[in-house]
Amino acid sequence: MQLILESLFNGVAIGSVLLIAALGLAIVFGLMGVINLAHGELMMLGAYSTYITQLIFKQVSFLKPFYDSYVIVAIGIAFLVSGTVGILLERTVIRRLYGNPLETLLATWGVSLILQQFVRSVPLAYGSGLVIAIFIGLITPLFLSDDLLNGAKGRLIRACTWGMSALIGVATGGVLSSLVSKLGRASARNVDVTAPSWMRGGIDFLGSTYPKTRLLIILITLISVLVVIFFLDKTAWGLRIRAVTQNRSMSECLGISTEKVDIITFGIGSGIAGVAGVAVSLLGSVGPNVGVNYIVGCFMVVVLGGVGNLLGTILASFSIGIMTDLIGAGRLLTIWPDMPSPLASTVDFFATTSMARVMIFALIVLFLQFSPTGMFPQKGRMVES
Amino acid sequence: MKLSKRIFTGLATASLAVTVTACGGSDTSGNFDDTVTVGILHSLSGTMAISESTLVDTEKMAIEEINAAGGVTVGGKSYKIKYIVEDGASDWPTFAEKSKKLIDQDGVPVVFGGWTSASRKAMLPVYESKDAFLYYPIQYEAQECSNNIFYTGATPNQQSEPATDFMYKRSPAAGGDFFLVGSDYVFPRTSNTITKAQVKQLGGKVVGEDYLPLGNTEVAPIISKIKVALPDGGIIINTLNGDQNVAFFKQIQDAGITPSNGYYVMNYSIAEEEISTIGPEFLEGHYGAWNYMMSIDTPASKKFAKSFKKRWGSDRVVADPQESAYNMVYLWKQAVEDAGTFDDNAVREALVGQTFDAPQGPVKVMENHHLSQTVRIGEINSKGGFTILEETGVVEPQAWNQKHPSSKGYACDWTDPKKGEKYRM
Amino acid sequence: MAIVSTKKNWINLTIWVVIIALIIAAPTFLPVFRLNLLGRYLSLAIVALGVDLIWGFTGMLSLGQGIFFALGGYCAAMFLQLNSSEGFPNGIPEFFGLYGIEKLPFFWEPFRSSIFTLFSIWLLPAIIAGLFGYLVFRNRIKGVYFSILTQAALLVFFNFFNGQQKLINGTNGLKTDVTELFGQMVGSEIMQRWFFWLTAILVIFAWLFSRWIVRDRFGDILIGIRDDEPRVRFTGYNPVVFKTIIFSIAGGLAGISGALYTVQSGIVSPQFMTVPFSIEMVIWVAVGGRGTLLGAILGAVFINYAKSLVSEALPASWMFIQGGLFIFVVTALPEGVLGWIRRGGLKELLYLMGINKKLKTYPKLEVNEQGEVKS
Repeated sequence: MQLILESLFNGVAIGSVLLIAALGLAIVFGLMGVINLAHGELMMLGAYSTYITQLIFKQVSFLKPFYDSYVIVAIGIAFLVSGTVGILLERTVIRRLYGNPLETLLATWGVSLILQQFVRSVPLAYGSGLVIAIFIGLITPLFLSDDLLNGAKGRLIRACTWGMSALIGVATGGVLSSLVSKLGRASARNVDVTAPSWMRGGIDFLGSTYPKTRLLIILITLISVLVVIFFLDKTAWGLRIRAVTQNRSMSECLGISTEKVDIITFGIGSGIAGVAGVAVSLLGSVGPNVGVNYIVGCFMVVVLGGVGNLLGTILASFSIGIMTDLIGAGRLLTIWPDMPSPLASTVDFFATTSMARVMIFALIVLFLQFSPTGMFPQKGRMVES
Repeated sequence: MKLSKRIFTGLATASLAVTVTACGGSDTSGNFDDTVTVGILHSLSGTMAISESTLVDTEKMAIEEINAAGGVTVGGKSYKIKYIVEDGASDWPTFAEKSKKLIDQDGVPVVFGGWTSASRKAMLPVYESKDAFLYYPIQYEAQECSNNIFYTGATPNQQSEPATDFMYKRSPAAGGDFFLVGSDYVFPRTSNTITKAQVKQLGGKVVGEDYLPLGNTEVAPIISKIKVALPDGGIIINTLNGDQNVAFFKQIQDAGITPSNGYYVMNYSIAEEEISTIGPEFLEGHYGAWNYMMSIDTPASKKFAKSFKKRWGSDRVVADPQESAYNMVYLWKQAVEDAGTFDDNAVREALVGQTFDAPQGPVKVMENHHLSQTVRIGEINSKGGFTILEETGVVEPQAWNQKHPSSKGYACDWTDPKKGEKYRM
Repeated sequence: MAIVSTKKNWINLTIWVVIIALIIAAPTFLPVFRLNLLGRYLSLAIVALGVDLIWGFTGMLSLGQGIFFALGGYCAAMFLQLNSSEGFPNGIPEFFGLYGIEKLPFFWEPFRSSIFTLFSIWLLPAIIAGLFGYLVFRNRIKGVYFSILTQAALLVFFNFFNGQQKLINGTNGLKTDVTELFGQMVGSEIMQRWFFWLTAILVIFAWLFSRWIVRDRFGDILIGIRDDEPRVRFTGYNPVVFKTIIFSIAGGLAGISGALYTVQSGIVSPQFMTVPFSIEMVIWVAVGGRGTLLGAILGAVFINYAKSLVSEALPASWMFIQGGLFIFVVTALPEGVLGWIRRGGLKELLYLMGINKKLKTYPKLEVNEQGEVKS
């Protein structure tokens, strides 16, 4: 019983990291048919946001008493940071490539390379300044009336708002680099996020220890999934997103601004990547390559789960998670110790972390032989390409 | 027109993406008769850049120090050392390519470079086929003895063997079972083969081992394995690489695998640099084994740390790989001066027997192109350094490990043409 | 593709004359190191041709060509290692000793034969590509799904090769520089020169072969699949067969390329199966001009040369340049440089710079014997 419980917990723990990482990717893929290869780097930005938030809470005197709660604040900040960069990405690159998913794939790969090198070569303080500038620049027009933004005068006003936000960005960068040490110099070094003391250690239950960080990640994932489901099912924009997912041109005919839907979806997908970055930063170190380590797992989830179905994504994540633990930790042998020897040696061969991956991929390809479009194929007449 | 607009935006994006980084030679001026250019080959980009850039910094510092003290004197002429830095890009074939470039194109007499065993293994045939010379500064698994490589890092009998001995006999977990964790590449695998043989000799038991693919940070399955194999504590030998350590230590602490619960981790790849990245709060009470530790309380060690901080910033630390890199530049200088020429073969002969008063204490180049050096066992303390618990005398290097089944009874001696790379003792 | 305009022919011819002249002259004016680099980049041109066949002509973006590239390399390296392992204990390659292996793993045995190796270099990757392709295409998995699956397959192969120290030396890979062939050391200057010539000849053969494939009906069907696969199916062709064949051909080309690259760089390792390398292959083709075979060759050679020059001067900036290149080519130059030139891009550029005046006439139409308008 204890063994099964522990195994299940481990599977769910691995699965929930996969799920939170893949959730944003799945939403964007479902809506636009676009695979965002820079998704991992958006996660990385989320992880770096956590690190910066932590430093600020540690070093700025009036925030020090609230240090224990910095992780909660970091979730919000990471969502905004990754969301902002995601929207910028959509506005500048992806928008030009709708209908060409393969080209988008290549372009986003280029973006991911640039983002990786960016965090290596640009001091974090100025990096955050840049993100803040973009955020303000993107958000100000929403508060101005349409009259102000139209015509020749509008162009001037837009230019002014961007100029102003650039100034604010530079100022923030300067303030951060002088106020918080370690942010002023560029470095390729990995950095480390330390969980506040209340999140460290484990909880003992029925004779086994359950790490608190893992529990917190499961909680974050659960909340994110619930919020996304609520947003998609119960709000007006959710309805529009679902409509565009099902039939883009028909929705457009019915007066839905697909452009806005694209921005919102992409922003939310990227924002969730940022939240995933917070989760990931609690488990390991934060560095330019942190996204690369997770991205392939996310793809496998999306392929296995199928397009445009959150339930598929959820089930796929947890089954991959449980399989990883069952195969990789060699639990099959512990559960069934007197396995016949040829089978036992096979199981043993795959009972390492690297071979478990090989096995899981083989199983996924096998599964796709029976169900080519994932766990939950879209019903009805399939429109090809 | 539409096309042109697209080209323009594309160009703008691309040009924005280009930044300029500075790069160049040393800037000390003085009166020299001539210059000599050496090669430095480490990863400046990719995953290994984090570790290897510290070596580049140290080698530059050593060269600057030598230049400031009058350069290299060969045959009565003083030479100023210049250097070309090449990027191995954390990619083993690139290391081979750049080695060829440094040897053939730039004609350097010596290359200081490498970190991972895989990068050294990739470079080795290049240096052997061109009869050039590489200086390699990292502690490694040995089982290699090239006439064209000079190794200044520790061999297993200068690091892992004394460490295993300590863990089994004198650590708080003495007599306990062993679990071996490592990244999935040649150093951990070979090092663990040696450890397994040694544990058997000592009468202990290895109850499990697992390897994490490089780049993978999902350590949950390994933790479950450890908990099954060592339910009541024991000794864990850790050879994980770089940032995988962060994930490992964060998560084992949460899972209750801590010194207070009887689990003690001995690390072969965690030095001061890594402690500051991982965070001392996760590592306190675990162990490390190195030749050099920053906390060594000698004038040479303090001077080394001080000049490094002065050159590269007060928040920087020095660690064992850097000390090895520092030593090898000085040893090269001494050998060249003794040989009276930059010619490879003469330098190689002059190199053997060189002694140097290194930050760790005296070191000597042995016949097998490795260094004899001191081994230290330290406990990681809350300040991010090591508290040195044990210190051996000077230990001679074994290029061919005497505990590994494939190399027992063999040794290497390049001073005797009859013996060479591998001979039966 | 059957109809080729004279102007296009003329451009092609010029480029080819220049290329061949350069290749013949290269050994005389390039230093050894640069010549070796050129040889390696030429061998990469062969894998680029394969990528062009499946992506440029058939519209399938494979992010896993590194698998077949590395397999070809491993085949060649295994043969070379076995061929020169007599002096080592047990007569097997030296590295086995490190892991305490005394008996050669069974799959190494056939590589003692040079004939088997010569075939396996291209046949083995081709068969694996064919099998994988068939399983995937049969289920009508395509587009982004196909790309992700190939990438995942790449990672699996990478993990497998990386983790199996005892079978194929894991991360370290296999070295070829100090092995012997025809009594010469493979890393020696003479051998490297021969490999350079061999590569140059094979690039031309690979180009002729690819051209032969895409010229006729077969090529038309490939383009048909790229542009509208269901319509091809409704016309009575089975796209699965064509896609499998072309994917397997691309795999074979990748294998040859990998073998040539391995003997010239002196090492084959799982690093050939990392994700970035396989995606880079696509960008060579994209920059050169997809759907133009010559573009693939030029793209592979020039981008790699640029990469080695830039990374010597400014190591950190190559990532920015490469990333920018991806975005730039995809958004602004979707047809690649060669495609752009063929469309009259140079004239347009001159016009933009204010040097030329823009012609406001219709282009001249050429009519062939049947009275059809040539493109």
